[in-house]
Amino acid sequence: MLLALPILLPLLTAIVLHLLPHRSRLLRVVAFAGSLGTLVTAASIFVRVQRTGIQVLQVASWPAPFGITLVADLFSALMIVMVSVIGVAVTGSSFAGVDPRREALGYHPLIQVVLMGVAGAFLTGDIFNLYVWFEVMLIGSFVLMSLHRTRAQLHAAFTYVGLNLLASAFLLTAIGLLYGQAGTLNLADLARAWPERRTPGLDAALSMLFLTAFGIKAGLFPLFFWLPASYHTPPAAVGALLAGLLTKVGVYAMIRVFTLLFPDPNASVYSVLLLLSAVTMVVGLIGALAQRDFRRVLSFNLVGHIGFTTVGLALWTPAALGGSILYVLHHMLVISTLFLVSGLFLRQRRTTDLNALGGLYRTQPGVACLALIPLFSLAGVPPLSGFVAKVGVVGPMLGTGQYLVAAVALGVSLLTVLSMARLWEESFWKPASVPSSSSVGRPRLGAAILAPIVFLVSLTIALMVLAGPVSSMTMRAAEQLLDRNTYVHAVLGEGVPRAAR
Amino acid sequence: MELLLAIVAGVLYATGIYLMLRRRLAQLIIGLSLLSNGSNILILSAAGVTRAKPPLITAGVPLEQYADPVPQSLILTAIVIGFGVLAFSLVLAHRVHQSAGSDDIDAIGPDSINASPDKPDRA
Repeated sequence: MLLALPILLPLLTAIVLHLLPHRSRLLRVVAFAGSLGTLVTAASIFVRVQRTGIQVLQVASWPAPFGITLVADLFSALMIVMVSVIGVAVTGSSFAGVDPRREALGYHPLIQVVLMGVAGAFLTGDIFNLYVWFEVMLIGSFVLMSLHRTRAQLHAAFTYVGLNLLASAFLLTAIGLLYGQAGTLNLADLARAWPERRTPGLDAALSMLFLTAFGIKAGLFPLFFWLPASYHTPPAAVGALLAGLLTKVGVYAMIRVFTLLFPDPNASVYSVLLLLSAVTMVVGLIGALAQRDFRRVLSFNLVGHIGFTTVGLALWTPAALGGSILYVLHHMLVISTLFLVSGLFLRQRRTTDLNALGGLYRTQPGVACLALIPLFSLAGVPPLSGFVAKVGVVGPMLGTGQYLVAAVALGVSLLTVLSMARLWEESFWKPASVPSSSSVGRPRLGAAILAPIVFLVSLTIALMVLAGPVSSMTMRAAEQLLDRNTYVHAVLGEGVPRAAR
Repeated sequence: MELLLAIVAGVLYATGIYLMLRRRLAQLIIGLSLLSNGSNILILSAAGVTRAKPPLITAGVPLEQYADPVPQSLILTAIVIGFGVLAFSLVLAHRVHQSAGSDDIDAIGPDSINASPDKPDRA
């Protein structure tokens, strides 16, 4: 039952929010309470997974390969905790004020729907169910993105919708072909039966279909163009939610499906993935350097750093995969924080165009120093969490002899430092370009808008302080992922003879 | 029958992707719906087409005499999702057309947006 709660609680909260009278204070409190509740359940799932291993829930008590299974291994549990942390930060940031038109149109319930979809995708043990959760999450994010209808937002929303639907069609095709051959949709059952079939031709086709579908969602190199085209238009809190969660769901699904279904590390798809990851890093960061808008720079950085999170899967060693998982955790925190920081500029200057920013350090040095932490954490400056995560990713590359990719990753890190330093200099440090009357009359940034940022920044710092335990935990999560037997055994139960594997 | 379904699915995929590469939003949406229909037919044919077999198994009847109900339930789910998504993207396209006065992708593209930044639309 506990496993279903991160899905059911946001659903319940969304329903309650729809039924409540539209008083914004009340809606915000209920949404925030719902997110806090989800965080508590997620944390208790995590504790239980830590203590007793993989948790399984057979929905409606249907035995494993026939019904829908919810599974939480260490990787899922870590992701669920991160989702609810970001949920708390995003719903908390609504106390600082939301556009009233948006709020009237169902801003709060939609955020809960997106959180539900993401949690479902992380918990499900059924590949068709994964597709359904993808759609739940996408519909929620589509509507969130197009709620307010400026022309730029509409255009961005259409790009986003079109490409994500294409990805869904690819995913559905792959699932259909897989079911036609394997006759089961349960991931554990597939992991048990599918690799034994040794159908290299079909394997290659299927793995490429999955790579395309998840690659579009994650924002890998040739398929990422929807992301920078759309993430800079929604309000900061929505941007934080989408940037922190949606691409990571793509990465999660890729890691989950590939470790279970295509366990041959020499398959050509992993060489393709390695190449794509490296190119993604380079293209994303070069794109970031060319941009002149705070949120566009962030979007391109988001793309570039997705390369770091997929490269571990391509290398297929516990250390590399563990490093990538650590990177996913760190990146979710930091990119969400930075999108929330962009909300500060929207509040004060009504724009995130770097040409119009600047001078914030003079008026609010504390805020500028606060923003410095996530910016340089993303860049990977020691001793911040980005540095720990980058060591986790680059170290195994050297260990497996992928010197070229390691060189690319390090070069890209340098570019990130440049990009981040420029971002901070342009947005906080340089003298305000126009001492406009509009910024004089604006209120100082209050506690309500800063609190979620402080919350996420303190978690980033916690990730840095606890680097040792956290990285050993992600390492264990990676070992659990690569050892498919435990997963299969936990889901299908004792009835499955291990020798049949 | 499998061959026919395979050809139909292939034609639907091809036309769907061709239409998605066109420049008008209406064509993109029709392309999307063709693509999702194509994948539904693909699921049906990939899972094997059976003729006049019951989906329920009764005790004592040999196992090959039944139709697998799972692909049909998958298709049903996919149709429902596809319908919702189609309705949403039609509304969105309508909004885009209202605000840009055109459904040509180039006319509503980011370049033309930069020329007239962030005005709320007329609606």
